[in-house]
Amino acid sequence: MSIRDTFFQECEDLLAALVDGLAELESSGQDSEIVNAVFRAVHSIKGGAGAFGLDDVVSFAHAFETVLDRVREGDLAVDGKLLRVFHKSSDQLTDLVEAARDETAIETTARDSVLKDLETYLGDQVEEEEFSFDALTLDVPPALEIPAEDSASRGVYEILFRPHAALFSNGHEPSLVFECLSQMGDLTVELQDISIPDFELLDDSGLQLAWRLELTTFDSETVLHDAFEFVEGLCDLEIRPLTRPTDPLPTIASEVPTPQPTPSSDKPQTKSEKEPKAPKATLRVDLDRVDRLINTVGELIINQAMIAQRIEELDLPGTSQVLNELEDYKLLARDIQEGVMAIRAQPVKPLFQRMSRIVREAGEATGKPAKLLTTGEGTEVDKTVIERLADPLTHMIRNAVDHGLEKTDTRIAAGKPEEGTIRLTAAHRSGNVILEVSDDGGGLNREKILQTALDKGLVAPDVELTEPEIDNLLFLPGFSTAKEVSNLSGRGVGMDVVRNAVAALGGRISITSDPGQGTTFTIVLPLTLAVMDGFVISVADQTMVVPISSIIETIHPIRRNIHTIGQNGRLLALRNRYVPIVDVAENLGLKSLNRLDDQIFLLVSSVSHGTCALAVDAIHDQRQVVVKSLKTSCGSITGISAATILGNGKIALILDTEEIARTGASASELAHEKLTQMEPALVDAN
Amino acid sequence: MSTQTEPAPIDSIEFVTFSAGNQIFCLEITQIREIRRWTPVTALPHTPPDILGVMNLRGAVIPIFDLSARFGLGATPSNERNVVIVAASASDTVGMLVESVSEILSIESDQIQETPDLKSDAARNYITGVIAHNETMIRVVDLGAVVGGDNA
Repeated sequence: MSIRDTFFQECEDLLAALVDGLAELESSGQDSEIVNAVFRAVHSIKGGAGAFGLDDVVSFAHAFETVLDRVREGDLAVDGKLLRVFHKSSDQLTDLVEAARDETAIETTARDSVLKDLETYLGDQVEEEEFSFDALTLDVPPALEIPAEDSASRGVYEILFRPHAALFSNGHEPSLVFECLSQMGDLTVELQDISIPDFELLDDSGLQLAWRLELTTFDSETVLHDAFEFVEGLCDLEIRPLTRPTDPLPTIASEVPTPQPTPSSDKPQTKSEKEPKAPKATLRVDLDRVDRLINTVGELIINQAMIAQRIEELDLPGTSQVLNELEDYKLLARDIQEGVMAIRAQPVKPLFQRMSRIVREAGEATGKPAKLLTTGEGTEVDKTVIERLADPLTHMIRNAVDHGLEKTDTRIAAGKPEEGTIRLTAAHRSGNVILEVSDDGGGLNREKILQTALDKGLVAPDVELTEPEIDNLLFLPGFSTAKEVSNLSGRGVGMDVVRNAVAALGGRISITSDPGQGTTFTIVLPLTLAVMDGFVISVADQTMVVPISSIIETIHPIRRNIHTIGQNGRLLALRNRYVPIVDVAENLGLKSLNRLDDQIFLLVSSVSHGTCALAVDAIHDQRQVVVKSLKTSCGSITGISAATILGNGKIALILDTEEIARTGASASELAHEKLTQMEPALVDAN
Repeated sequence: MSTQTEPAPIDSIEFVTFSAGNQIFCLEITQIREIRRWTPVTALPHTPPDILGVMNLRGAVIPIFDLSARFGLGATPSNERNVVIVAASASDTVGMLVESVSEILSIESDQIQETPDLKSDAARNYITGVIAHNETMIRVVDLGAVVGGDNA
């Protein structure tokens, strides 16, 4: 990996820290620690970008940093307006870094508009007095204010710099530091008048060298110190403001004045911001290596299952030590597997952070002010899941702002706050990851949805639909409620694409809506894509696996609890409810071996079709299985989500209960038709 | 994906010949990973008859096609000489059930003729060319078409 790559990876972290800091600033108000953290992030990006000659990033980061510095110095108070500018600036900085990374052109108009916003905060009181004063409250005592005004805020510093030998041996280069300084203003460098020994005696460590620098700059002393950040402790350094009056301000287009702390009040500052919370040590690992490890661990689990089976076949006495060891082996294998999966697991936080930008942008584009509230950002999800969720989530968030929230006047009329709230939550629940996107808008307009579906011929006109069924029409391909195609959500992507993306991750999506209160989309995802817990069952002589997460309970039926409707429709009476029975063998086109009442029922819940009972021949075992996708090699197969390899080396198919419930309860089965004809109320109850 | 469509000038290519549906076919040897004895596979529901199921190949789940059925020549009759040819295309590894494997042929690339223009024939979609060899016609199988031509 090149140093450049490393820099951009670090940038990602820094940008994340930046967004984090801004969010914290927003929630907990002005805290010098947080401001420092934000400043540090921007400053580090600037520093790194400078090293790679990324001028666009450097100049923007510099302006950003300068405003942040004013906040840090207490010259500026953070208010809502400034925060918005900060958010925009951080978005812009992200764009610039990305453009630099991908070597694409930058959007100068967007950048310039943000720069202009930033400039209003730069405290150029001479020129933009009226402009800046109504926007900010200055906490600066008047005594400090006046010199800043009339001396036009350029400071001159004298820097004495004498590197130690260690500075050179660590690979630092004074000229780079000087270059960095020279970017801040006018720099004069002179080698100190130190006697340089004869050539023969010359020590190549450069120990004898010392410099005196004079810098005229808008930047504060702290910023000067930062230039020496990397050589700190490796040199004698003295920075002091010169007391002579500063030059009158020449206007330099790109440079932006920062009010200078009056020279007289300044002692050389110690770097108070130098004690960040120690970050956790992390290791960057090539993803391929992790995946290879995960594959191998998958094999280990299969191998463990095989050994267990072989030992079982030996029929050893129950007291045998081997059985204990085997149990330990199983636990260890599981530990390793969990540990390895944890490497791939990442908090959803970066994903959520991206979404706050989406909300901001969508809010601006639609003229509906909106904020994003997130909870459960620490929830860890497989990296692949996070990556593949980004697009669907973006789409859902845009939708929530564009279609979910009402227009501002409607909101006010409904007694709601002007600013809409989009809520994004993540949580672990019983082996699944639950993501929710909700808005506090007007809820789904069911009449309109139904009408649109009818207009587009997506539903037959004579069909009576329940409210949840109408809501689910949103997921149909080719459905879009937006009357006019807005450039925001109308990008040819419908909710069906979202649903497919979620389904491809082994998850499900559902929708609930309260008129006047808002709409909630719930995504249920498996924790990991590679391994899952399942029941090993048999269906028509074939061994199969049912994901445990989908099973509510298992039932040994009693004959009198099975009721027939029509010719093939069968219902299971369960605590005063009737649940449709789906014969899995029949559903999969296999020959059922058993009479229905000899079978075992697995009660599963499906998102689209409520609860139903799957009839299978037997349940053998509960175990962890390694999921092997069939999609790439066999295409998608109705009713089967994937396959796994059992202890005996045989392949077992993993049932897609959602799909079986769907096909079993409607399309392919006569049963359902009969059911709906005879007892529509019963079906609805499910 | 296969080199025989763009042959290097007079190169000799090695082919493995086999019979499926009483016709002789061949596959370029570089595409073949291994040849295995037939063992029962795990059937997949709702699949056409030319997909027999899936098999465990050292921890990988690979689909097994009945080549004869796929070519529209009827299901391969069960026979103890039946073998599964495991072949890898660009992205996928698949197994193909054939009646029997015959021999390895070394063929100059200019000996491969274009498939003569026939009226619709299911097999033709899966063939890139034919080779005349010892008065028999050997059909060169387009592995990509076999792998990608399923219902996916």
